[in-house]
Amino acid sequence: MRLRGPEELAELRERVGRGPPLTVAVCGGTGCRAFGAEAVLSTLRREIDRAGLSGDIGVKMTGCHGFCERGPIVVVRPQGLFYPGLKPEHVPRLVESLRRDRLMEELLYVDPVSGRRIAREEEVPFYQGQQRVVLAANGHLDPTSIQDYIATGGYAALAKALQMPPEEVIEEIKRSGLRGRGGAGFPTGRKWEFCRAAPGQKKYVICNADEGDPGAYMDRSVLEGNPHSVIEGMLIGAYAIGADEGYVYVRAEYPLAVKHLRTAITQAEELGLLGENILGSGFSFRLHVFEGAGAFVCGEETALLASIEGRRGQPRPRPPFPAQKGLWGRPTNINNVETWANVPHIIARGADWFRSLGTEGSPGTKIFSLTGKVRNTGLVEVPMGITLREIIFGIGGGPPEGKAFKAVQIGGPSGGCLPEELLDLPVDYESLTGAGAMMGSGGMVVLDEDACMVDMARFFLEFTQAESCGQCPPCRLGTKRMLEILTRITEGRGREGDLEVLEELGWGVKEASLCALGGTAPNPVLSTLRYFRAEYQAHLEGRCPARACRALITYRIDEEICVGCGACAKVCPQGAISGEPGQPHRITVELCIRCGACLAACPKGAIRVA
Amino acid sequence: MADLEAALSVALQGAKGPGALVPVLQRLQGELGYLPGPALEEVARRLGIPPARVFGVATFYSQFSLKPKGKHLVRVCLGTACHVRGAPQILAELSRQLEVGEDGLSRDGLVSLEEVRCLGACALGPVVVVDGEYWGRMTPAKVTQLVRALRERGKGEA
Ligand SMILES: Cc1cc2nc3c(=O)[nH]c(=O)nc-3n(C[C@H](O)[C@H](O)[C@H](O)COP(=O)(O)O)c2cc1C
Ligand code: FES
Repeated sequence: MRLRGPEELAELRERVGRGPPLTVAVCGGTGCRAFGAEAVLSTLRREIDRAGLSGDIGVKMTGCHGFCERGPIVVVRPQGLFYPGLKPEHVPRLVESLRRDRLMEELLYVDPVSGRRIAREEEVPFYQGQQRVVLAANGHLDPTSIQDYIATGGYAALAKALQMPPEEVIEEIKRSGLRGRGGAGFPTGRKWEFCRAAPGQKKYVICNADEGDPGAYMDRSVLEGNPHSVIEGMLIGAYAIGADEGYVYVRAEYPLAVKHLRTAITQAEELGLLGENILGSGFSFRLHVFEGAGAFVCGEETALLASIEGRRGQPRPRPPFPAQKGLWGRPTNINNVETWANVPHIIARGADWFRSLGTEGSPGTKIFSLTGKVRNTGLVEVPMGITLREIIFGIGGGPPEGKAFKAVQIGGPSGGCLPEELLDLPVDYESLTGAGAMMGSGGMVVLDEDACMVDMARFFLEFTQAESCGQCPPCRLGTKRMLEILTRITEGRGREGDLEVLEELGWGVKEASLCALGGTAPNPVLSTLRYFRAEYQAHLEGRCPARACRALITYRIDEEICVGCGACAKVCPQGAISGEPGQPHRITVELCIRCGACLAACPKGAIRVA
Repeated sequence: MADLEAALSVALQGAKGPGALVPVLQRLQGELGYLPGPALEEVARRLGIPPARVFGVATFYSQFSLKPKGKHLVRVCLGTACHVRGAPQILAELSRQLEVGEDGLSRDGLVSLEEVRCLGACALGPVVVVDGEYWGRMTPAKVTQLVRALRERGKGEA
């Protein structure tokens, strides 16, 4: 069926709006799947069928709910009853409780801070601090159903935009103050305007879903959980710019995102929301999916274009900007997944509403993936301008196991590490850049006292060095030399003067590189040198204060505490631990490879690392 | 090589011009498991692009492999979140216990060990994926279990 106009879309919305009175939503995000969500889903379907309740209780698998730490997440709507960590064996009881309209007290969420049981999703502290716009529908929709999207108002913003002159759509986006969520924060409306103004009949729009930042997965969750919101945003942008063709460039490691996106495109085509003469407006648009082949640098826009054109993904100097000369030499507008997904909300609710969220200079919300040494790992969407402390401690619950917070790494491999003193920094584009980090795509990795900052800097540089496309010497050679120095320092072979050379090289690479990969690669090194210089100094003196660098530590067994249970000797891969049963054991230092197996196995905490 | 011919025709179906190169190589690798040199030369000839360019692209992207892989694929996440939760020790242990060489293959040739950067399952970190199955919250002791399980599987098939 093809929808011939906005009225037919509204009629369809009426028709599909009525679902069963109760719905059990099982999270289908990658984290929850890994925790066994699919088995929970199939057991639920079977048990509800067996109880003869299929007409009353709907079951669906939704996109990521964000609270990945507690997967698999199950929510009963409309009440919003929240059952984290549900296992297939709990399902019969769940179905019984639904039939009798009861709560399953024992399976509710227990707030680790207050010890209180919490029944409803919106009362869980992890969600309370958030303000969800882009992720709002994620836990509600079946991403493989266009009806679900339409029932909750989907494609209404497109219908509205198609009745506005294109210039007015651009004006609205400009007024909203929306800035690119892919890293640099460039004003989206202005970018669209350049592309619209560029001479040429044929234009393209592209969605950048390359998401290479290791430890960030918000773009993936949006594509997996709500692909139509991205398609709708792209349609509105294409209409405003005057483009009739588009691509979504998806990272190779995201098969589920590709699958959901392809399904969504087919569904939109069937309804005539993609293709010729969309909703009778005369506007036509075709959308393709392009799967990346594994290269971080392809997230950079000019490298991304080269990749679609079938070449090595190497950036080129700008200008000309893609808005002037982009894909196949035509004017092209590239935006990030989250940027596109914001667009329908702005058109539907207006620029003023959008400006009411976040700050003057950075309006709206931003999704962060909060990971590392934090109690509540997951995706959090918060208004811009909220402080790091509110995110990491308020929503994230701080580091687990009573460890002390040390730093937070923001902005991916080209971001920076910020120390405790900066926890009250508001999160917006300018504040983060000023502090030596950056928004990047929104990765936020919490580090506790066990993290060695020199090792972290080395880790990120190893990444950027390997991902450098190799074209320009400052990036190719500079990152290599920096990595050599950092490796030497972590191996206890640092020399006097190393830190100064690192700084000099770092600034040189930043200044002289062709693209922003090299332009930002030294950030982790420079920011840790700025905030954690003493830790570098300690390494030069042969100590790793965090006891993380293997070359600088030794393991031994505290004979006062050891009870001779032999658990350590059993797991030691080197056979480096010996001792009689019931007698204190010993580690042969020459054999020890410092793998940490004994540390994890010892029930008494007798293993000492120094 | 009849197999190669069949794989090429699947990979090249509907493909035209240089812009088709990356998807063609993806499909070809999907068919063959890797990209043999002769196959790349054929792709160059049939798409009408220089072989140097085809090899240039095939070696640039980490998804492509010019060598055959082991029967089992073990992927260790080295993303930031997994790194801070101890992924390097997990990788070192796996590599040591499986006796993985320069080519990324275990000594018995059965297992390919690969590094990936974030699988989007950071809550389970450190994460290892074995033939699509997630092993979360890995410890050195669990590595020993995993390697044992892989060896059992290998025996079952032999
Ligand atoms: C090395 C490098 C990697 C990048 N990776 C991404 C990415 O994964 N996703 C993304 O949206 N933008 C990425 N960018 C930024 C893009 O070049 C571009 O600015 C962005 O897609 C524009 O969209 P926006 O204005 O909506 O943010 C990267 C930039 C560089 C230099
Ligand atoms: S960093 Fe390993 S799954 Fe994200």
